[in-house]
Amino acid sequence: MPNQSRIRLDRVTKRWDATAAVDNISFDVTPGQFVILLGPSGCGKSTTLRMIAGLEEASDGRIHIGDRDVTRLPPGDRGLSMVFQSYALFPHLSVADNIVFGLRSRKVPKAEQRERLAKVAELVDLTAYLHRKPAQLSGGQRQRVALARSVISEHPICLMDEPLSNLDARLRSDMRREIKALQSRLNMTVIYVTHDQVEAMSMGDRVILMQHGQIVQDGTPDELYNRPASAFAASFIGSPAMNLLPLVAGEHGAVIESEPSTPVAPRDAAGGQLGIRPEDIDLRPADAPGVPATVLSDEYLGADTIAHLAVGDHTLRVRLSGRHAITGQPCRIGWSPGAAHLFAADGLRRDDLAAYDLPPTTAPQSNSSVDASHADTRHSQLNPQR
Amino acid sequence: MTLTAHGKMQLYGALLLLPAAVLLAAFAYLPTIMTVINSLFLPGFRGEPAAFVGVENYQVLFDDPTFWKVARNNLLYALGTIPTSIALALGMALFVNGKLPGRGFVRMAYFTPTILPMIAAANIWMFFYAPQIGLFNKLLGALGFSGVNWLGDPGVALGSVIVMSVWKEAGFFMIFYLAALQSIPPELKEASDLEGTSRWSFFRRVTFPLLMPTTLFVLINALINAVRVVDHLFILTKGGPNNATNLLLYYVYENAFSFFDRTTAATITVVILLVLAVVATLKFTILDRRTHYQ
Repeated sequence: MPNQSRIRLDRVTKRWDATAAVDNISFDVTPGQFVILLGPSGCGKSTTLRMIAGLEEASDGRIHIGDRDVTRLPPGDRGLSMVFQSYALFPHLSVADNIVFGLRSRKVPKAEQRERLAKVAELVDLTAYLHRKPAQLSGGQRQRVALARSVISEHPICLMDEPLSNLDARLRSDMRREIKALQSRLNMTVIYVTHDQVEAMSMGDRVILMQHGQIVQDGTPDELYNRPASAFAASFIGSPAMNLLPLVAGEHGAVIESEPSTPVAPRDAAGGQLGIRPEDIDLRPADAPGVPATVLSDEYLGADTIAHLAVGDHTLRVRLSGRHAITGQPCRIGWSPGAAHLFAADGLRRDDLAAYDLPPTTAPQSNSSVDASHADTRHSQLNPQR
Repeated sequence: MTLTAHGKMQLYGALLLLPAAVLLAAFAYLPTIMTVINSLFLPGFRGEPAAFVGVENYQVLFDDPTFWKVARNNLLYALGTIPTSIALALGMALFVNGKLPGRGFVRMAYFTPTILPMIAAANIWMFFYAPQIGLFNKLLGALGFSGVNWLGDPGVALGSVIVMSVWKEAGFFMIFYLAALQSIPPELKEASDLEGTSRWSFFRRVTFPLLMPTTLFVLINALINAVRVVDHLFILTKGGPNNATNLLLYYVYENAFSFFDRTTAATITVVILLVLAVVATLKFTILDRRTHYQ
């Protein structure tokens, strides 16, 4: 019954004394979904997960799994498994005993235990390590044991609490793919807590972004990236983060504060913020149309370069593909109207206004206009190729 | 003579070890060796040199019914105190490790007997055990039972001493268990809760095995304590009535300082050392293999 793994939170709240760690949140997870709970530390995402698991009791609201109200049920009766950040492996038990620990608790017959163990060990590639103790394993292997332990239970739901944060960067990207593959292969419903937006974007079918115990945005990674619901969501997703510039009223519309020469949005947008992703900004020669800016510095990262630009009193980050050595040069910047996001004074997205068009220059600019003095930077060009 | 760099390091290391080595040699190894030597000689009278008698002292000792009675008492004492105090310590540690109001106060209360000097504690228990005015007999009297001569009745006296020792030691061992319990990550409990593991099953399969190093340590300590009892016997019973509560070390003390029979005292001491060495070796070889150290 696929419906068994539907998870529904209805106005769930967790209070510690007077402060609400989780404040009245509701969402509904459909079976087979990979849902990410994303947010900065202290936003209540782990507490939410632990309430679903039954490790914390909800102060208010109801939690349903399948057709059952599990709000007051003990963790073992909820039909779910969990992977902990620290893996929570039993240090005195071998890998095999760790994996079948839950089956023994549930008094599964020995023969079936062996059968399931063999299958799962194969699945997570641990067959050669079954007799070892956790201390004799690498971080990635311990992570696999923890995964195996939740897979072998054959619960349709798996909760994961920052499972990759103890691994190094390279292993992390491998494990991301493995977890995602495992999830789709076994058709598990996964709720995955992380503060890492890369994990959220790459693994999630759906991302629930939280701040101060409340849901800021609930949507697909694509929606979060392309239509952030608030300035917070905009700044949390993407690396480097979206540029947010305060807008004030100017002569012909709202202008970027301390840069009054170029109106960028209708006057009603003044008081709010303009958001543009670093990769959406066009860098143009100083004589082209656009907002005047000066390049403060550039960081070369291999595949691309992050340039820091001064616009009025503000600093903007621009992502340029390839290598550019353009520090100190004056230039202008522009963007297509679809790439500019407007946020109201309270931080919420506003779609009633559209940013002004700062049209991309029609003909590709010759490199000579700005770059002439930098003969040594052959790859440099101010019009990033995208 | 010039020293090589390696030789210098050797000398440096040896000098660092010297203070501890001197103290250990002076107060542990030398007395041990002297005791062994003493146990092989009979002292000479009026300035005659001591005579080497080999194992004769041991033969005399093993023919002494009092020695066997004392040894049997000590075995009963060990069997009575060690498992009970360890089980009690573990139970108390589990209790005060949980969420309970006034936890700090309860922990302190359990630990108080350990802080008390043994002489003071024994004096307190004298008043509990006293035949007429004692607390226990007062309580029994209030319930309509006739009193027991706790320390005077040969059938009860050893039991009374055991109870007091357990009271004194359990709190001390509890501290070790409490420290070990707090080093067990709480996620282990959560992970097993998610599998619906019962509390007892979790204790049996996770907590107890993870406490094994502590149990081993406490076990050795309890064993050493069981043959180290002098002070509360001194206050409570003086080994009486009719040696019913006499234990090995007190018997050594009696021989050495009441009967001035140094040779017998040395002989018993060597026997105690040998027995302890054998038991400790057995424990470490058998239990160590089944113990998980983190």
